[in-house]
Amino acid sequence: MADQIILRNVTKKFTTKTLGDIVAVDNFNLQVHEGECFSFLGPSGCGKSTTLRMIAGFEDLTEGEIELCGRLVSSSRKNLYVPPEERGLGMVFQAFAVWPHMNVFENVAFPLRIAKVNKTDIDRRVAEALHHTSLTGLEKTFPGDLSGGQQQRIALARAIVTNPKVMLLDEPLSNLDPKLRETMRFEIKALQRKFNFTIIFVTHDQSEAMAISDRMMVCDMGRIMQIDTPENLYNKPCNRFVHNFLGESTFIRVVVKDGRAYPAGHMDQALDVAVPKDAADEMVVATRPNEIALTGPCEGGFASRIEKRIFLTDRTEYLIPVGDQLLKVQTPHRITFSEGEACCVHFTEPMWYPADDEEAEKERARRQLV
Amino acid sequence: MSMRGHSGVSAELAAVDGRRRINMDKVMTGICFVLLLIIVVIPIVMIIYNAFFNEGRLEIEMFRTQMTDSKNLDAMFNTLKIAIGATVLGTIMGVFYAWLLGRSDIPAKGLMRALFNIPYMFPPFLGAMAWDMMFNGRSGYINKWLASVFHLESMPININSVWGIIFVEVSYYFPFVFMQVVSALERMDPTLEESARIAGARQHQVIWKITLPLVKPAISAGALLILTTSLAHFGVPSILGYAKGIYTLPTRIYAVIYNSGGSFDGIRQGAALSVMLVIVVSLALILQNRILSAGSYDIIKGKSMRPTLIKLRGAKIPLFLLAIFTLVLIVIVPLVMIVLISFLKAYGLPLQFKNFTLAQYQKVFSANGTIDSIRNSLFASITAGVVCMFLGTLVAYVVQKIRPKGKEVLEVVSMLPYAIPGTVLSIGVILAWSGRIFGINLYNTIWIILVAYLARYLSFSMKTSSAALLQVHSSLEEAARVCGASHTEGLADITLPLIRPAMVSGFFLIFLPAMREVTTSILLYGPYTRTLGVQIYSLRDAGMIPQAAALATVAIGIIIVLNTIVTHVTKDRKGV
Repeated sequence: MADQIILRNVTKKFTTKTLGDIVAVDNFNLQVHEGECFSFLGPSGCGKSTTLRMIAGFEDLTEGEIELCGRLVSSSRKNLYVPPEERGLGMVFQAFAVWPHMNVFENVAFPLRIAKVNKTDIDRRVAEALHHTSLTGLEKTFPGDLSGGQQQRIALARAIVTNPKVMLLDEPLSNLDPKLRETMRFEIKALQRKFNFTIIFVTHDQSEAMAISDRMMVCDMGRIMQIDTPENLYNKPCNRFVHNFLGESTFIRVVVKDGRAYPAGHMDQALDVAVPKDAADEMVVATRPNEIALTGPCEGGFASRIEKRIFLTDRTEYLIPVGDQLLKVQTPHRITFSEGEACCVHFTEPMWYPADDEEAEKERARRQLV
Repeated sequence: MSMRGHSGVSAELAAVDGRRRINMDKVMTGICFVLLLIIVVIPIVMIIYNAFFNEGRLEIEMFRTQMTDSKNLDAMFNTLKIAIGATVLGTIMGVFYAWLLGRSDIPAKGLMRALFNIPYMFPPFLGAMAWDMMFNGRSGYINKWLASVFHLESMPININSVWGIIFVEVSYYFPFVFMQVVSALERMDPTLEESARIAGARQHQVIWKITLPLVKPAISAGALLILTTSLAHFGVPSILGYAKGIYTLPTRIYAVIYNSGGSFDGIRQGAALSVMLVIVVSLALILQNRILSAGSYDIIKGKSMRPTLIKLRGAKIPLFLLAIFTLVLIVIVPLVMIVLISFLKAYGLPLQFKNFTLAQYQKVFSANGTIDSIRNSLFASITAGVVCMFLGTLVAYVVQKIRPKGKEVLEVVSMLPYAIPGTVLSIGVILAWSGRIFGINLYNTIWIILVAYLARYLSFSMKTSSAALLQVHSSLEEAARVCGASHTEGLADITLPLIRPAMVSGFFLIFLPAMREVTTSILLYGPYTRTLGVQIYSLRDAGMIPQAAALATVAIGIIIVLNTIVTHVTKDRKGV
């Protein structure tokens, strides 16, 4: 498969009045294949939107270059910048961005009118786009009279009407209610199969990204953390941030002494985990709440007691003291402990990460202010 | 309950109160109706009555004569020419600069935006005075200078013309459109424009097909304001056109009454002309409504992303210079001219240092009436501001929260003076309060000016208070009731404090324009009740131009100081 979108060493710097220079996007390298659905995932301020806007052409880049469908569109070295209207993209925005002064037909016909397509072709292609987005019959309606879901469909129809090779979706579902979100997700995938475009999907919702993507990029504070398939990102997160961002995580700070790991602040009982050889003195042990086994009598596990039990809709959650920290454990409803009851915690294949990075936390807090 | 909306609930609570003791809501409603009847309805009825009736008999003849008088018809056409010219040019100028400051990468935006609001607070009639000093068709300073430099036979520019009046009005009225459009551009979701770029539209296509149509409601609102203000405007056409026999309806009304020496016949003729002016304004409003019926739409959506600024590239510096030039031309030049003239020993002397003196300031302040005029203006505008602030809030509360039967009438009546020219209102006030009703005669007293200000400015405070009250959800007052407060206490302790900032800005919205008012007071002043505006106007009229300039300089100083205070006071406001 050919690479349809290529970012080489793309960097974007902003200068803000209050906080000085911010590297919003730091040396991004990625290739998106033809027909792929690729997500940018990360918290706000991570650089995902800026990257998308550089691909779209709304932001110029500070360094590096971007190639779309084999054509160089942004390059700091060659001082090249192709404006958004010449990049031949489709794009759907979070706030729909349908024009309130045009009816549904005119909204969808706009890209064709700009391209000076003749009238019969416009009628045919708009009708087709409206058909695929289930908007047929609403041609003369104005967007203000339609629901959010319908407005987002107009935006989709407007994006597919020119049959673009690349579709940029900037949090297109986050203004919709949860049920509708799921339906729209399927519709987007169905349209992709039909028209065979490449999708870049920006979101901060991990479950949405996992459901829709072939591959995804997780980024944080302007840096790429990991690029991989949803399964690999969940099962083999490369660092603590990715672990925490995808799925539920529970972390225990440990002190490593004589090849055993003791929960911080509790040196008299070690965890039943195999300590890696290269472990530093202070580490973090990470696992998923549903990957921890709980038993009553203690054989080889970590003995503790149930501090709090929370009955969730599809599972039971327990908070269990481990040293001076609380471990979150989720089990199916049938395993029932009561609060205060003694229990034994067994870790299965935990991941090991370096201890907390305070500097990184400070930087993240600073970025949230921008 | 929540489906019925807050006002309904409030009314219900009020009803519960009413079963126990005197219904305060009914009292407030009653007060509103009575006050509006006195302040607004009676003067308007008096105009219509006197235009068509004489001593109790229907008399169409006078009205017909006035309507067919060629001088009056000329005045009407001038009024229309000037208003339409000022509206079209002012709108173009306002939209252009709004776009430049709102969407392009022109430098020094913040500063420029502040500067572009200055013409809005600059009294237009002082501007007209300054332009007359420079480009008067006979004796303008710059005209004389140009003529001598280029050896011209006649004066190159004649500001005392319809085009001159349009020019001066445009330079002070374009901020109406500018401010509306800038704020609409700021609130607009930038992705609306970005999606057009993605759709393949070039920058200029985006401006014409997306940006301008989307801010059309803001443009229209501003244009309407220019149109109605210009139709009713007295200051500029009177200063620039009067001497050349160029009349508009407001200046014609003034001339008719002035020439008749304030006789009842003159006032009746004025009333007939007023009806004519009101018809013109109404037609303009209807026309505007027709054009704008497209309605408004919600363009305030989405996350707050900075809009992509359009790179002006090569045009950046020229456009920046053009903006600066515009500001200098319409703000600095007139200001400097007025100050310079105020130092002249005598009008007409060359502007050289040896001809400068401070004597004019001394003269003007020792002259009869100057100090009085400042005091009168302060008294009338502060009183009008305070009274309107409370009365406007009262009406707003009754209309928004109590919603009695006939609230539409209340709303329309209180907004009516907004569409009625100040000149017309003055005639109504004269007809109503010079002894013809219950023998109440306020003519030649400051009270008649005050009554006119109340009628003229009530809608200002009513609007701001209304907007604020809409934001105060009834659950806030209900929470107070649950805590044991009575209806009155809930109103006094919760609702009023929440809308206090809006009331304060309502006060300044009245106080500031009232301080520099001419249109209304020029018809109402008596020997001892000149206002600041009237005093400047009469000094100039009497040929004491340097003295007028000196007082104008002082007036501008007062306005600047007051504006600074207002900005300071209203900066950090709590509430809604």
